[in-house]
Amino acid sequence: MDDAANDQTVNMGRLRWHCRRGLLELDLVLQRVIDRGLLEELSEQQRAELFELLHYDDITLLAIVSGRAECEEPRLKGMVDLLRSV
Amino acid sequence: MSVPVRKFDAVIVGAGGAGLRAAIQLSEAGLRTAVISKVFPTRSHTVAAQGGVAASLGNSEEDHWHWHMYDTVKGSDWLGDQDAIEFMCRKANEVVIELEHYGMPFDRLDSGKIYQRPFGGHMSNFGEKPVRRSCAAADRTGHAMLHAMYQRNVKANTQFFIEWMALDLIRDEEGDVVGVTAMEMETGEVFVFHAKAVLFATGGAGRIYYSSTNAFINTGDGVGMAARAGIPLEDMEFWQFHPTGVAGAGVLITEGVRGEGGILRNASGERFMERYAPNAKDLASRDVVSRAMVTEINEGRGCGPNKDHVMLDITHLDPATIMKRLPGIREIGIQFAGVDAIKEPLPVVPTCHYQMGGIPTNYNGEVVVPKDGNPSVPVKGFYAAGECACASVHGANRLGTNSLLDLLVFGKSSGESMVEFIKSQPAAHKPLPANAADFSLSRINRLDNQKDGAAVGATRLAMQRTMQAHCGVFRFKDMLAEGVSKILDIEQQVATTEIKDKSKVFNTARLEALELDNLIEVAKATIVSANARTESRGAHVRDDATDTPERPDGRDDVNWLKHTLWHREGNRLDYKPVNMKPLTVDTIALKKRAY
Ligand SMILES: Cc1cc2nc3c(=O)[nH]c(=O)nc-3n(C[C@H](O)[C@H](O)[C@H](O)COP(=O)(O)OP(=O)(O)OC[C@H]3O[C@@H](n4cnc5c(N)ncnc54)[C@H](O)[C@@H]3O)c2cc1C
Repeated sequence: MDDAANDQTVNMGRLRWHCRRGLLELDLVLQRVIDRGLLEELSEQQRAELFELLHYDDITLLAIVSGRAECEEPRLKGMVDLLRSV
Repeated sequence: MSVPVRKFDAVIVGAGGAGLRAAIQLSEAGLRTAVISKVFPTRSHTVAAQGGVAASLGNSEEDHWHWHMYDTVKGSDWLGDQDAIEFMCRKANEVVIELEHYGMPFDRLDSGKIYQRPFGGHMSNFGEKPVRRSCAAADRTGHAMLHAMYQRNVKANTQFFIEWMALDLIRDEEGDVVGVTAMEMETGEVFVFHAKAVLFATGGAGRIYYSSTNAFINTGDGVGMAARAGIPLEDMEFWQFHPTGVAGAGVLITEGVRGEGGILRNASGERFMERYAPNAKDLASRDVVSRAMVTEINEGRGCGPNKDHVMLDITHLDPATIMKRLPGIREIGIQFAGVDAIKEPLPVVPTCHYQMGGIPTNYNGEVVVPKDGNPSVPVKGFYAAGECACASVHGANRLGTNSLLDLLVFGKSSGESMVEFIKSQPAAHKPLPANAADFSLSRINRLDNQKDGAAVGATRLAMQRTMQAHCGVFRFKDMLAEGVSKILDIEQQVATTEIKDKSKVFNTARLEALELDNLIEVAKATIVSANARTESRGAHVRDDATDTPERPDGRDDVNWLKHTLWHREGNRLDYKPVNMKPLTVDTIALKKRAY
């Protein structure tokens, strides 16, 4: 994890860039979040949570998003649900 | 205008498998090494590789590098350079064992040795029968590889510049490479990285196509930067396609689905493969299936409102079988096609997977260009490795698991060449040319001040759709010619892209516009090279180059056993010979490529 993971205010551009992944499947899911304008609708707190979730490695994140694994941080459940629902 | 300058012995652009492997070589030799990456290293596209990495370790059964070499030459449809192929296959065991020492958690046999599995095209005894040659770490080979090599680099004090985008190559008056310009995403500021040697390891450019298995970051930046700096691009007409990617998404559907009884259907529900391959039907080889699919689409029998895909049907299979044998398929259908494959067929289309061509190099990772009648003269200070480079070991068609091997072997050899070159140079860096960053700054300036220009997303989409329709897996003379002029028109729009957001901090609109500048170079090189090559070879298959006794499968060795070189300036092509002479063994003689 880099330092910014602990930063409370997350720059929107940075958040958007962190949606760029090594796995196409994740790109597609996250692009839907962007295209539907959902990033803009998130509170500061939610953005920080999404940012934190995006620090998981791609293999783990894809397993979480496709429901094959659960996120070990219950705090992030709201964001996990969002990604699973888009 | 002057910009801040950072000085290093070596600068590597790209932190995927190739870049990380090279960086280990440089940092461990005590050289000051910077690695620049658009994304966090372990988020590079190498993470997607599952199948494994090829090496003739012979842990489960007898194997030999010479057999591996034979398979690779044959796979390449004889367009691969036999010196580079021998080099790669001989080095395979060494680089895989090294990786094991870096901590790569390979699957193991009970004996403790690395477990190996068979993979398409890899055979024993010069094409006799399949051999177990692929070394994997479960289904996360690429991921494990990136982690092991990233850790090793951290230990060796490699300096990472993460979330930086390299913009342009810097060459001095003599044509030598002395650095790159790069933008720090966090500030939008442009820097010069001044170096004694620069390596490009920027990965593939699969996003030039509408349907691609590649992640969005695969925009061919290194290839575009090289082209803008006057380096020709080699064999760009050769792209590997997979027959079944989810239409509109690109996500791969494994061959196993057809193996379990999946059937391809056209708009009227016909099982069309019966017409193209009466015996093998849906289980015919990849290229036969892809070609049949494209023919159906081109002749108006495609599905959907745009008639641009066909259907893969498994609804006749027992749902229990689907859940047991094809666990991921339902999830993929629901997530990426909005379809429950148990109840409805899946929309699929041949999908771009791998770039065989790229920046021309020799097997030492040195970038080579034609000069004074010699087709391969090294450009001083410039190196390339991995999918962006063309060594050329994959020729007209890559064998699965050979690309992870390519990035290990040529990542290492380019790193070694750079160490040697840097140590042979005077202590002081060669001076930067005056205004080294001006070209990059002018590109950004143009973008920021553009009025009434083209939208980035729409222009990119037009390019991708044109490439897919005109220069896809199966190619037609008239379509290619028409495609060339369409791409050249789109190039005009790329030159006038406009962004609304002019902010500095993580401006993703600007980054995407800069990526499109690179994609369009790759698209031009691809379609112009493909239009000119009037034979069929490997992954380049033309409708008008058919099977005759003199030209088996349309391959024309008399006229086309040569590498293409596309020059950006003047959109010009020339050619150079294929190196048919291996390093120590006899030439693997030309023969029809049949399996
Ligand atoms: C789904 C899939 C499965 C695959 N499976 C296998 C397999 O099993 N076996 C196999 O051998 N091959 C496989 N391949 C192919 C193989 O994964 C790739 O060819 C290989 O990983 C490419 O590695 P690379 O180091 O060249 O580039 P990448 O891993 O793509 O890395 C490119 C790097 O360059 C950086 N970069 C790019 N542009 C810039 C820029 N402008 N500025 C700064 N940084 C930049 C990126 O941030 C990244 O760090 C697969 C490919 C796909 C799509």
